[in-house]
Amino acid sequence: MEFTTIASGVLMASSEEAEPVGAGENAIPILPYLPELIFGLIMFGIFYWFVATKVVPNLERAYGERRAAIEGGMAAAEQAQAEADAAKKQYEDQLSEARAEAARIREHAKEQGAQIVAEMRGQAQSEAARITDTAHKQIEAERQQAMVQLRGEVGAISTDLASKIVGESLHDETRQRGIVDRFLADLESGAIAPQRLDARSERGR
Amino acid sequence: MAAVGLVLPMAEEGESHFPPTPGDFWQPMFAIPGTEYFFTRPMALVLIATVALMVWLQLTTRRAAVVPGKGQWVTEQVYNFARNGIARDMIGSRDFMRFVPFLFALFTFILLNNLFGIVPPFQNPPMARIGFPLGLTLIVYVVYHWVGLRHKGGVGPYLASMLPSGLPGWIKPFILLLELITFFITRPLTLALRLFGNMFAGHMLLVVFIVGGWYLFKTFEPGLMLVAIPAWILGAMLTVFEGLIQFLQAYVFTLLAASYIGGALADEH
Repeated sequence: MEFTTIASGVLMASSEEAEPVGAGENAIPILPYLPELIFGLIMFGIFYWFVATKVVPNLERAYGERRAAIEGGMAAAEQAQAEADAAKKQYEDQLSEARAEAARIREHAKEQGAQIVAEMRGQAQSEAARITDTAHKQIEAERQQAMVQLRGEVGAISTDLASKIVGESLHDETRQRGIVDRFLADLESGAIAPQRLDARSERGR
Repeated sequence: MAAVGLVLPMAEEGESHFPPTPGDFWQPMFAIPGTEYFFTRPMALVLIATVALMVWLQLTTRRAAVVPGKGQWVTEQVYNFARNGIARDMIGSRDFMRFVPFLFALFTFILLNNLFGIVPPFQNPPMARIGFPLGLTLIVYVVYHWVGLRHKGGVGPYLASMLPSGLPGWIKPFILLLELITFFITRPLTLALRLFGNMFAGHMLLVVFIVGGWYLFKTFEPGLMLVAIPAWILGAMLTVFEGLIQFLQAYVFTLLAASYIGGALADEH
């Protein structure tokens, strides 16, 4: 029933009113209605013009700025990193320099110490040598003195002894003649043998 | 006033008969003076969609900032989708920037017009009128052929670029014929009809379930009124599904447009 009404509608539309393509309730749906086609083109044209001249440039500008901001931030970060690296390197250099210097100072001190020790040792040795030398000289002098004294005393004692034995003082005579000295010199040079003393003592007895 | 006719739901207009017919999509509002033509409701919807898109984009990108606000963020998501997901992937990073405005405009234009199919009080997808998808297809058609001719340097090289290399000589005419049919007939036809058909059929389906439920309910017979409820539930589910399809069709249309442009710009077939 409806089919007939539609069919008659189509007939009516085509025969009586001759409606434009796509118009009317009985139009074939895949045939475009010209006003809609043109209106759609105009609307899209306006919209495209708006997008192309306003929207996309604005957004792309924001994107560019964003990229620049990110890249700028990264550049700043890189710079800060480089600065930090430089500072670190400088610090490390200073540190190693300080270490080297400390080592150098230590080495120097060690050398100096060794030198001082060596010097001191030398000084002490020379001092000791000097002291020893002095002592030797002193001893020698004292020995000399003792010998001189002894010689004198031996002479006195022996003359005393001899005076007692002989019964008179020989002191002046022996001093005049140098007998004791000569005797002692003879004794030292080995010119006097003990036998002779024995013989004289036997003879004196 | 025009706005009154604009917000009238489809159901009122189609009330005189239940099974919706293609004629339901014929919704004249007023005669254009001096012509035999009418200004139709889909045209008004396209106008509203265009103005709404322009206002939204103007508000969110006028002062596009490095750190986006909420509105700008939403716009950027859609823009990035069209720019990187469609244009750059299909055309390649060398040439895509030239076509980003076109593809972004195409995508948003179709998407919002499609979504009008389920958004109250509009609830009628303009793309269910073949005139609108056909207009967009014509633009795409001209663009990709123009780009191909410019890039290949003339009609001869452009036709030659349609042939795959390494074919035996005798088969070339046949392949060229097939390619010509593809380039000049199949592509625009399918591009326009795919969008139109999806919107058209999807809208019919929604009308069937929602208006059909209403007709069942209107009988005030308990049994039929009960049946109306699952019809409406199905209608609601189909509305969600239809939303997905509306997005998908906008995506597919833009993707194919980008693909045709990318193909025209490709150096080797």
